[in-house]
Amino acid sequence: MYNEKVMEAFKNPQNVGEVENYDGLGKVGNAACGDIMQITIKVENDVITDAKFKTFGCAAAIATSSTATQMVIGMTLDEALKLTNKQVVEYLEGLPPQKLHCSVLAEEAIKAAIEDYRNKKAGIHAKDKEPEYV
Amino acid sequence: MKEIYLDHAATTRLDERVLQKMLPYFTETYGNANSQHAFGRAAQKAVDEARDKIATLIGAKPNEVYFTSGGTESDNWALRGTCNSLKNKGRHVIMTKIEHAAMLSTAKELEKDGFEFTFVGVDKEGFVDLEELEKAIRKDTILICCMYANNEIGTIEPIEEVVKIAKDHGVLCFTDAVQAMGAIDIDVKKLNVDMMSFSAHKFNGPKGVGALYIKTGVPVARLISGGHQERTRRGGTTNVPGVVGFAEALKLTKETLGKDVEYVRSLRDRFIQRVTAEIPFARLNGPKDGNKRLPNNADFSFEYIEGESILFSLDLAGIAVSSGSACSSGSLEPSHVLLAIGVPEETAHGSIRFTFGKENTVEEVDYTVEKLKETVQRLRSMSPLYEGKE
Repeated sequence: MYNEKVMEAFKNPQNVGEVENYDGLGKVGNAACGDIMQITIKVENDVITDAKFKTFGCAAAIATSSTATQMVIGMTLDEALKLTNKQVVEYLEGLPPQKLHCSVLAEEAIKAAIEDYRNKKAGIHAKDKEPEYV
Repeated sequence: MKEIYLDHAATTRLDERVLQKMLPYFTETYGNANSQHAFGRAAQKAVDEARDKIATLIGAKPNEVYFTSGGTESDNWALRGTCNSLKNKGRHVIMTKIEHAAMLSTAKELEKDGFEFTFVGVDKEGFVDLEELEKAIRKDTILICCMYANNEIGTIEPIEEVVKIAKDHGVLCFTDAVQAMGAIDIDVKKLNVDMMSFSAHKFNGPKGVGALYIKTGVPVARLISGGHQERTRRGGTTNVPGVVGFAEALKLTKETLGKDVEYVRSLRDRFIQRVTAEIPFARLNGPKDGNKRLPNNADFSFEYIEGESILFSLDLAGIAVSSGSACSSGSLEPSHVLLAIGVPEETAHGSIRFTFGKENTVEEVDYTVEKLKETVQRLRSMSPLYEGKE
């Protein structure tokens, strides 16, 4: 059901863990639905210099988390905000239809991490937000 | 790479001896069992012998055994056929919450046709609540359905008691014995059940063939209209090699049942004992008492991780298992069986079913435990839910 690229990303995921002293954290999903994605980022001069993930989820969720972190490292925040789930899927050369929501979660986790960073920078203390329901 | 098959509840390997019995019926004795000429009569003879053999092995009369395409058709037939034939008597049916999808999906469709269903709960090990079941019986109840043993968590239901309750109230009783046949010595007469479904590929027989036992006199309308096959109750050309293989597989299974069950149970017990001792936050689903669950079944929830990713990690190591996770089925809902026994949704997502067979070895069990430990550890190290739990 998964192509080789997805299985490879699942087998050898990149950027697993949490960025030390991260600048932004995005956590989306819901354990009851079987997916939670957490992405942390390091930002220097509006550029994402590091990104890591932790994911509770299926093989596709792990593969898309890994891919999304790989894609955004080196991007400016504005570029990263434009990252779409479609691009993540294209990078992985396709996902089964019932797994597309995993790529949506990856996109949302990146956006949430950037939002968290910008809120912090603007002095808005990130509330202990419940993960979003998707 | 290793190839370790631990999904015997899904299907089993065809026994070589069964295959040899079947082969002549593809190429030599290939007649239609319904034809009147010599080709047909030879095929009919094989079908009759297969039916006699199966009937003897399960304690039925030959004319109470109806061949079908397998467990799903038999389940559909028993339920829909009874509803159709008794709809003027009543429109209420009782079944457990943990029936197979073949029953639950059919029930959903029948609800649209005006039938009412009461789904009876189970306790935390999956045993049907007999009191609730008896209380659910109404004047218009026409059928009680309770599976013999559960396909996911292996619970062996107190089926004798369910039948007794049904009989006490004059209600028909059906049991889905698809998982039980091959693991338990079943005698339909002793059990006094009205209908029972079977599937050959669960006990080293061929796929695509099964049976519905219908006790003499039980009115079940036919599901598949056609010719005069199966005493006009089930149309369609008889799968001659299939029924020959079915009978042979059942015969072989019964011959070595005690020995095989003991061996498979020992593998299963070793596995449960090691996983429980060596993997933290692993919860065994289904009965703790090994004698009250199918001898081949071990079902575990591994907390903080998701089942599909466990399944594919083991698959990469050459180990075949199945998962109760939503992600494996394509829906967002985890297994209805695990939810019915009270497993929280997020834990249910991390469930894996291991079902052993007589072809498995102790070495395979140990290798699986090692790979499972690595997998669970690796996935937990990636899980945001596991932080601080180490």
